[in-house]
Amino acid sequence: MSVATKPPAQNSLAHNQLPRYTTQLVLVASAAAGAGVSALWGGFSIVSFAVLSVLIFVIVNTVLSAVVEGRRKAVDKLVTSLVYTAFGLALVPLISVIWSVLDNGTARFSMDFLTTSMRNVTGLNDQEALEGAAPFIGGAYHAILGTFLITALATLISVPIGLLTSIYLVEYGRGRLARSITFFVDVMTGIPSIVAGLFAAALFAVLFGVGTRNGFAGAVALSVLMIPVVVRSSEEMLRIVPNELREAAYALGVPKWRTIVKVVVPTAISGIASGVTLAIARVVGETAPLIVTAGFTSSINTNPFSDWMMSLPAYVYSQALRPLSGSSPQPSFDRAWAAALTLILIVMLLNLVARLIARLFAPKTGR
Amino acid sequence: MTTTKPPPTEPPAVAPRAKARPGDRIFSRSAQLAGILILVILAGVAAFLVREALPTFTADPSEIDGGEGFFSYVWPLVFGTLAAAIIALVVATPLALGIALFISHYAPRRLAQGLGYVVDLLAAIPSVVFGLWGIQWLAPQVQPAWTWLADNLGFIPIFTGPASATGRTMMTAGVVLAVMILPIITAIAREVFLQTPTLHEEAALALGATRWEMIRMAVIPFGRPGIISGIMLGLGRALGETMAVAMVLSTGGFTWSMVTAGNSTIAAEIALDFPDSSGLKTNTLIAAGLVLFAITLAVNMFARWIVSRRSEFSGAN
Repeated sequence: MSVATKPPAQNSLAHNQLPRYTTQLVLVASAAAGAGVSALWGGFSIVSFAVLSVLIFVIVNTVLSAVVEGRRKAVDKLVTSLVYTAFGLALVPLISVIWSVLDNGTARFSMDFLTTSMRNVTGLNDQEALEGAAPFIGGAYHAILGTFLITALATLISVPIGLLTSIYLVEYGRGRLARSITFFVDVMTGIPSIVAGLFAAALFAVLFGVGTRNGFAGAVALSVLMIPVVVRSSEEMLRIVPNELREAAYALGVPKWRTIVKVVVPTAISGIASGVTLAIARVVGETAPLIVTAGFTSSINTNPFSDWMMSLPAYVYSQALRPLSGSSPQPSFDRAWAAALTLILIVMLLNLVARLIARLFAPKTGR
Repeated sequence: MTTTKPPPTEPPAVAPRAKARPGDRIFSRSAQLAGILILVILAGVAAFLVREALPTFTADPSEIDGGEGFFSYVWPLVFGTLAAAIIALVVATPLALGIALFISHYAPRRLAQGLGYVVDLLAAIPSVVFGLWGIQWLAPQVQPAWTWLADNLGFIPIFTGPASATGRTMMTAGVVLAVMILPIITAIAREVFLQTPTLHEEAALALGATRWEMIRMAVIPFGRPGIISGIMLGLGRALGETMAVAMVLSTGGFTWSMVTAGNSTIAAEIALDFPDSSGLKTNTLIAAGLVLFAITLAVNMFARWIVSRRSEFSGAN
């Protein structure tokens, strides 16, 4: 988008211009000045160096431009530096989150962590592990299993409902019903996750008695969050299926439902599948609804229809906020980070799979 | 929309009637049913929440947490919810707009899409990881800043000292929330900025506008409804976000100060108390959830209303 500015011939209509390398020059100079001031002013640190350099650069660059080029150019340069700074600032939390998860998470991330549960692991074990008297034990196998089961159940509930609804909206929907479904899917997108959890908790309290917690209740809560995402993404994918394909099928005398099942959905399947995968990636990290529906446990539970079930996000939460041993919480924190690393790996893997599905199974356009 | 009628063939003597196939009937009915099921689920959400919340309103006010009835119980929570969300918005909005402009108008074309993915990556990180990061990494890092605020700007009610020594304050929670809503606002703002008609931009540049003047005169006015709805959607997310606040904030009673421990949000209160609650407390928490639902619903509806208004008046076509 840069506007090519050739040095204009000197005339009364042209303003003075700084040479094009001025910005780079000022940048280098202010980095040097920033380092100098930071070192003089209570010891060098990356943070004060970065802040001071940016500050010096913005001021010098703007003032220089204001003096030589005039106010308008100066404002332009000021905004340009602010915009670049904003982007740089946004990278700070991203890099810091990923770095701290990798840094802290790898300490306890091992096959042992992935294949053992927390059953019979107590604060005493943690204290001994910290003193070096006993090996570090306790893992997240039960939580990974729980997350897998709950998410699979939620997917089983949401995908048929979501896909059929999007088919209804695209292929059949007319009038009031379709409009109100579209509207309420929008409303559903905005339900806070904790409210979805409360709904499932209230539903199971009414049906099976107060205080009922199990994996299935968690799956119901996640479905409430997942259905609108599936509907939205599948609807978008079905809408871009060319009408010619449908008309060709009708012209051959294919019934409408077979046209949808054999022509429309297969054409859009790559987009639908990647949308579903992204929806799974979104709910797999949901914590709040599972805390109020599936509960916490330290043992392996393979039956989502009875008893409390641990999930990976709930595991992170409980290890971070309620360490096993109050006096030596570090092993619990380590477990929380390792579980966070596992969770991020799962989410990233799902995102990658979604990309791959979208690319590999995309319909051949033949053009 | 789709053309679903079979193409007309040569006009027959008797108008042909589509053969009623059972397969068609079953399929269209089941599709319709799925749609209706969504409405039922939503009605169920409202109905069950109301049903479970009702005892709170009929119970004796002295039995509610705090002993003075539901509304005196819930208003500090509503205040905390709004405060955290507003801090998040104040931090995130300028940053998000800057990032969106960077990706749409400043970054080298080749890099722009990749950089967009980088920001979207923030949205993929689970909230519990943000919570963990906030409590263990961010809180100690930003604590000195809050101490400085309390020492130097302590006369402003929201910065009244002494600042919390752990850094687990409303301000920190707000910053974590800001990081979480950043990708939402950025994504929407970026989309509308990219949709600015190129002719408008080129016209501005041809008249001698600098890049910033072009953005101010062509891009921002065109994208304003998108910006507002992005902010509102970010607000909706910040209001309902649970884990970041539940983990980062050291909750407590109502206080004006944002740099000390204290205050709580509806979502955090539910997450922290619901697992061990029983009896009337459960009903009270569900009623609080209903209040949260109503607030986010209003915010989201407002955002959608702005978006839908935009499509009528955009002038982009």
